[in-house]
Amino acid sequence: MYRYDEFDERVVRERVAQFRDQVARRLSGSLTEDEFRPLRLQNGLYLQLHSYMLRIAIPYGSLTARQLRQLALIADKYDRGYGHFTTRQNLQFNWPKLREVPDILSLLADVDMHCIQTSGNCIRNVTADQFAGVAADEIEDPRPIGELLRQWSSLHPEFSFLPRKFKIAVGASENDRAVLKAHDLGVRVVRRADSGELGYEIHVGGGLGRTPMIGKIVRDFLPRGQLLAYVEAIMRVYNAEGRRDNKFKARIKILVHEIGLDAFRDRVEREFAAVGVAAAQDENEELTRIAACFAPKPYARLLARSDSFEAAKALNPAFADWTESSLHPHHVEGYAAVTVSLKPIGGVPGDMTSDQMRAFADIAERYSFGELRVTHAQNLVLPHVKKDDLFALWRMLAKSDLAADNAGLITDIISCPGLDYCALATARSIPIAQAISTRFADRGRQRDIGPLQIKISGCINACGHHHVGHIGILGLEKRGQESYQITLGGDASENAAIGELLGPGLGADDVPPAIERIVDTYLELRNEGETFIDTVKRLGVGAFKTAFFVGERNEAA
Amino acid sequence: MPALKNMPLPAILVANDLRDGDVVFRAADGWTRDPRAAAIARDDEAAQALERAGAAATARQEIVDAYLIDVDIRSDGAPVPRHFRERFKTLGPSVRPDLGKQAEFVGYARAAAE
Repeated sequence: MYRYDEFDERVVRERVAQFRDQVARRLSGSLTEDEFRPLRLQNGLYLQLHSYMLRIAIPYGSLTARQLRQLALIADKYDRGYGHFTTRQNLQFNWPKLREVPDILSLLADVDMHCIQTSGNCIRNVTADQFAGVAADEIEDPRPIGELLRQWSSLHPEFSFLPRKFKIAVGASENDRAVLKAHDLGVRVVRRADSGELGYEIHVGGGLGRTPMIGKIVRDFLPRGQLLAYVEAIMRVYNAEGRRDNKFKARIKILVHEIGLDAFRDRVEREFAAVGVAAAQDENEELTRIAACFAPKPYARLLARSDSFEAAKALNPAFADWTESSLHPHHVEGYAAVTVSLKPIGGVPGDMTSDQMRAFADIAERYSFGELRVTHAQNLVLPHVKKDDLFALWRMLAKSDLAADNAGLITDIISCPGLDYCALATARSIPIAQAISTRFADRGRQRDIGPLQIKISGCINACGHHHVGHIGILGLEKRGQESYQITLGGDASENAAIGELLGPGLGADDVPPAIERIVDTYLELRNEGETFIDTVKRLGVGAFKTAFFVGERNEAA
Repeated sequence: MPALKNMPLPAILVANDLRDGDVVFRAADGWTRDPRAAAIARDDEAAQALERAGAAATARQEIVDAYLIDVDIRSDGAPVPRHFRERFKTLGPSVRPDLGKQAEFVGYARAAAE
């Protein structure tokens, strides 16, 4: 894990002191709300429906046990004993008091954490593949470039007042687990087939929200050492030409769309030539320094097969079920990366109590070198667990209600906070997730359905990624009621796609039966071994529309 | 100050406390966290008076984001917001009945949900 050096530490401490002074001036009345709002947003502090909300950055989704314990302490002392993990791998507290936020920031600084650039029109927290550094299928650990980009973009004077927010994600595998193509900028580490040279594939102009777009490749191979210069060129073109006249057209995706990818690329390349690549050596040196913080763990030498693990699975069907959905191949033999679902049946997706945080911190220390990850799907990952330890780990997780066996299945639902918390929401999201989860609670049925991603947003801003859900649900207001639109065929993977609207909006109570009809149609029409998304892609949304409407009529009758 | 045209009545004034962020309501005298104690405007003049009180308290940096919401009046006289968004704001997260006003004012919440 990256550890702050003296400079990082001083910057964050100074920022806390600065915000403490700003809060004092706000409370004394010398700053108005209009003056204060941009200042609080730059520190991740929103005013939501019931209270303030504080969004804490978790760079590239990596946390230590010590940091998680500190978050538990803050949850207990300054909030209501829980936190909410988001699709941007951040953590949100829903009930902080403005007068106490400086103390919270100070506690965060004690463990190398902050809320800088978790809001506002700046480069936001960099997200990453949750299996970075451990996945068997990755080219290299993408977190060092995540950290490089984080340091470069933090408090960058030129890019602190962009036309709109700017989100970057990084990955290093053919299998995209970080939704790179739904980001303003996606960076994927690639290797040239002919020479073996490492470099970057740069995606630009992806994004969800009211105008969903899939990112386009602006550079298919950028040599090592030139990442910051190239990203700087992209940012300059966007900063100069991104629309500031209309908030809804201000994201980079609109610029790329309006002038076209080729014209955008030409401008970036011109700017890139002007920015220069002379700094390549400096970048490589800095990357080497950062990468040392992410050195491989002192793994034990183990056999790929663990007899005790296999025996435990044979004896415990419930454990076997959990392993089936929770394990991801680790690049070191005898180890696994473990996804810990934060989606208990009927629970609030992504919520974690302070007791669970403390228990999980202990578990991470005992079984995963004190390290954990947050996923964009609002789950956690223990990246380095010995297969020999999995059974003991599972039993410990179960004691804290953290052993849900549904990762990647239909009840592993992404949901934004929606109108239960969010001031921007037009409808609730969480109760819809809970109702679907409860309806599909049966594990055998979930397994039969197989991998299926439902993603729910409570407004058009799409924090719940509904556009790229295999089944997407968007909550809106229609004639004074909550109404839900269902889309089908979205895809958050390397085959990214925007879902297609299935039909008119439904009332909240009608959503779970509609999902059930869609799923039943899939079960009826699928080929042997075919996943939900593949069936939708093969048959098109039309096949499901018929069933959707027939079902609607039947239920209305 | 300009009154909201065609504001449906009756109405109450809702805001967030500056220091704590908590949802507060304009009462006959000052601010209250209890929705049952909210001052109810039944005509335009009363609604304008609520707005003026909100603007003054905003200027004194006591509250933020003050606005009128239209309500139904229950048989016991308590106001319940007509729009679902404002009902959630008044009560708390529907998925966490242990938090927000609904936990503090249980009787009010139960009746409001009906």
